[in-house]
Amino acid sequence: MFEDILITIATAATPLLLAAIGELVTERSGVLNLGVEGMMIMGAVTGFAVAVTTGSPWLGVLAAILVGAAFSLLFGFLTLTLVTNQVATGLSLTLLGLGLSGMIGESFVGRAGVKLAAIRIPYLSDIPYIGRLIFGQDPLFYVSILLTAGVVWFLFRTRAGLTLRSVGDNHASAHALGIRVITIRYLAVMFGGACAGLAGAYLSLVYVPQWVENMTAGRGWIALALVVFASWRPWRLLVGAYLFGAVSIGQLHTQALGVGIPSQFLSSLPYLATIVVLVLISRNRRLTMMNTPASLGQPFVPDR
Amino acid sequence: MDSTGDAAAEPLLEVRGLSKIFGTLKACDSIDLEIRRGEIHALLGENGAGKSTLVKMLFGALEPTAGTIRWKGQEVAIRSPGEARRLGIGMVFQHFSLFDALTAAENIILSLDDPAPVSAVAARARELSRAYGLPLDPQAHVGDLSVGERQRIEIIRCLLQDPELIILDEPTSVLTPQEADKLFDTLETLRSEGRSILYISHRLEEVKRLCDRATVLRGGRVVGHSDPRRETAASLARMMVGGDVPVVVRDKPAATREALLEVRGLNRKAGHPFAVSLSEIELTVHAGEILGVAGVAGNGQGELFEAISGEALQESADTVRICGHAAGRHDITGRRLMGAAFVPEERLGHAAAPFMTLTQNLLLSRYRTDARAFLGRLGIIRNAVVASAAKRVSTAMDVRKGSEDPEATALSGGNLQKFVIGRELDRQPRVLVVNQPTWGVDAGAAARIRQALVDLAKGGSAVLVISQDLDELFEICDAIAVMHGGRLSTPVPIAEATYEKIGLLMGGARPEATSGLPLEETV
Repeated sequence: MFEDILITIATAATPLLLAAIGELVTERSGVLNLGVEGMMIMGAVTGFAVAVTTGSPWLGVLAAILVGAAFSLLFGFLTLTLVTNQVATGLSLTLLGLGLSGMIGESFVGRAGVKLAAIRIPYLSDIPYIGRLIFGQDPLFYVSILLTAGVVWFLFRTRAGLTLRSVGDNHASAHALGIRVITIRYLAVMFGGACAGLAGAYLSLVYVPQWVENMTAGRGWIALALVVFASWRPWRLLVGAYLFGAVSIGQLHTQALGVGIPSQFLSSLPYLATIVVLVLISRNRRLTMMNTPASLGQPFVPDR
Repeated sequence: MDSTGDAAAEPLLEVRGLSKIFGTLKACDSIDLEIRRGEIHALLGENGAGKSTLVKMLFGALEPTAGTIRWKGQEVAIRSPGEARRLGIGMVFQHFSLFDALTAAENIILSLDDPAPVSAVAARARELSRAYGLPLDPQAHVGDLSVGERQRIEIIRCLLQDPELIILDEPTSVLTPQEADKLFDTLETLRSEGRSILYISHRLEEVKRLCDRATVLRGGRVVGHSDPRRETAASLARMMVGGDVPVVVRDKPAATREALLEVRGLNRKAGHPFAVSLSEIELTVHAGEILGVAGVAGNGQGELFEAISGEALQESADTVRICGHAAGRHDITGRRLMGAAFVPEERLGHAAAPFMTLTQNLLLSRYRTDARAFLGRLGIIRNAVVASAAKRVSTAMDVRKGSEDPEATALSGGNLQKFVIGRELDRQPRVLVVNQPTWGVDAGAAARIRQALVDLAKGGSAVLVISQDLDELFEICDAIAVMHGGRLSTPVPIAEATYEKIGLLMGGARPEATSGLPLEETV
C-alpha cells in the first residue's frame, strides 16, 4: 500500500517535471513560451496515435518528442524571427494545440492504448517499500531524473550552458560579444518543445494508456508555474514537482477515506502547498535575482 | 626613426571612406582614420557625431554601408565581434557588456574563443590583474560590483585576447579622478608594450594629457586630425562643436540664509538586492544656493533622489522639509504643491512618457500645480493654454524639434533634456532637485542647461544638483557634498574644494583624512 502510494506520486510528478525542465531551459535563454500545454497535448496525441498504429510505444515516444519540437519551432519562428509578442504567441500555441489534438485524436478516442512497459531490475526491485520505487519504474521516470541532473550539469558546468545563461541575462551584451543570441534561443525553445512533447507522451503511454481529449488537464500550466516558483533552479523544480504530486495523491486518498473536509478545499491543496513551500525556499531575494533571467520575455532585434 | 623600417611605419589600422547610413541619416560619412602601432589615438566628437557608429563598425557589431578597412595593410571585412577579436581588436564598452547574474570569471570566459576551464581563466585573469594593477576578484558576482570594478573586468577580458588594438569608449565617464589616474597608468603601460589604443572621449584635458594624435568628428564627418598636445582644450572644443562653446556666467547671488530644502536623518533600506541603502543623510539648501552632490554612479544617488522627490515616502514627515513645510509623508504631487520641482535621471520613461507629445508631457507633471491655468471647470483640459506653455518652454530653452508638437521619443537626448528641465523651470519653482542634468547631452545644450540652473538660483531658489560630472559641479555649485556607499559627506564650500579632495571622498575616504587633520582634533 505504502509503496503503491509512492509510485503513484512519482507517476503524477514525472510529466510535470519533464515539461517544466524543458521550459526552464527555454526561460533561462530569455524566452517565455506559454505554449507548454499546447505542445504537451500535441505530444500526447501523436505519441498515442503512432504507438497504436505501429504497436511500438517507443516509436510513439519518439514521435511525441519530434512533434513537440516542431510545434515549438513554429513558436520560435514567430517570436524570434518575426518578433511577435511572446505572451500572445504562447497563448495561441496552447489554443492551437488543444484544438488540433482534438481533431487528430478523434478517431483514437476509446481505443485501447499501448503501455510503455516498466523496467524491473531483478532482486533489487523486490526490496521492501522502496524496491519498486527505485528499481521498478517506467523508463520515462528515469529519463526525467537523468534529464534534471543533465540540465544542472549543462547549465552550471559547461561553456554552452554559460552561454545560454548569458543570453537570458542580457541579450544586448551577449550580442556585443559575438554570441549568436537568436540561434541559441531557437535551440533552447526546441529543447523545451521536445521535453513538453515527451511529457505528453508520458500521459498517453504511461499514466493512462489511452487518448482522451484535453487529457493534459492544465498540467502544462502547472509546469510553467513550477518553473517560476522554483526560481529557475532545476533541483527545486524536482522538489516542486514531487511536492505537487504528493499532495495531489494525498488529497485523493483523504477524500476516499471520507474525512469531513470539503473536497473543493482538498482539491486546491496541491496548488496551495506547492506555492507556499516554493515561496518559502525562494526567500533569499538576492539568490532569486541572480537566477532570474533578466531578459525573460523581451524581444531581441540586433541592429545591423 | 628612419631605421624602424616599413613594418613599423605602416599603420596598424587604416580606414578609408567608411560610411554608415541608417535610413536617411548618414551616421558616418566617408570617414578616414589611421592608427599607428604603439600610439594612443583620440577620437573626439559630440554626442551624435558618429563616434559610436564608427567604433561599432571597427568591432564588427555594425556593417559599413561603404568604405574599406585595412588591418596591417590587408583589406578586411569585419563581420562579427568574434572576427574582430581574432584579428586582434579588443573593445571596452561604454555601457558595459557584462552580465550581472554571472561571476567575473564567467563573464571573462564568455568572450574567449577557446573553451578554457573556469579555474584556468580565473588564474590568467588574476595574473593579468596583478601585472596591470587592476585588482579583481574572479568569483564576485558582477551585480555586486562598483562601476570602476566592472570596468576592470572589461579591460582584463579585453587583455586576455592579447589584442594589438584596444578600443576604449568613454572609459573615464564613470570613474573618480583617482580611478582615472590609475587607468591612465595602465594605458601607458599598454602603449609601452607596443599596443595601440583608440581612445574615445569628450574630456579634452585627459585627451591632451594622454593621447598622441586625435581625429575629430562632427556630424558624421572627420573635421580634422591634430596633435592634442599642441592644442588647447578650447581649440579642441571649437573643432568638436564647430564654434565657440558658451561659457556659463555666474555672479555671486545675494546670500540669504533661508533654508528652502532640508533633509534630516534620512535613512532608507535598499528596496532590491542591487540597490543601495541610505543612512543618516543630512543636507540643507538655502535660497540662492546651488548644492552639488558628487559621487560615482550607484552609491545611492538614485535612492536619494527618490526620497527627496517623494517617489519614496519617509517614516517621519520632518525628514524632508520643503520651503518650511514637513514633506516626508507627501507624494511627488504634494511636494510639487509646496513649491518644489524634480528632474529625474532618465529622461525617456521617467521624466517624460516616450509616446506622448511634449504638450501632454508638460500637462502630466504640472496638472496640479498649474491647475488654475491648465484646467477649466469640471477639470476639462484647456488645450490651447497648455500648448502655449509648451511653446514657451521650447522657445526659452531653445528646444529643436522636427514638428510643432512631437512625441517625446522623437527628440534627441539633449533637446528632450532641455525640454524636461525647461518644463520645471517655467514654473519658477522655489526648490529644484535635478539628477544628472546633462548626462549624455552635447556641450552646447549642456551649457544652456547649466546657465538655466544658475539663473534660477540667482532668482532666489534653492537648487540641488546630483551629478557624476565633476567639471559641471565645479562650474555651477556653491558647495559640493559627496555620496559614497549611501552616506553623504558634509558639503565642501567651492572655495575649498579641489578635484583631489572631492575625488578622495568619492573613493570612500573619510572627510577627516582629506582635511589632513587627525581625528582627535576635529572632535
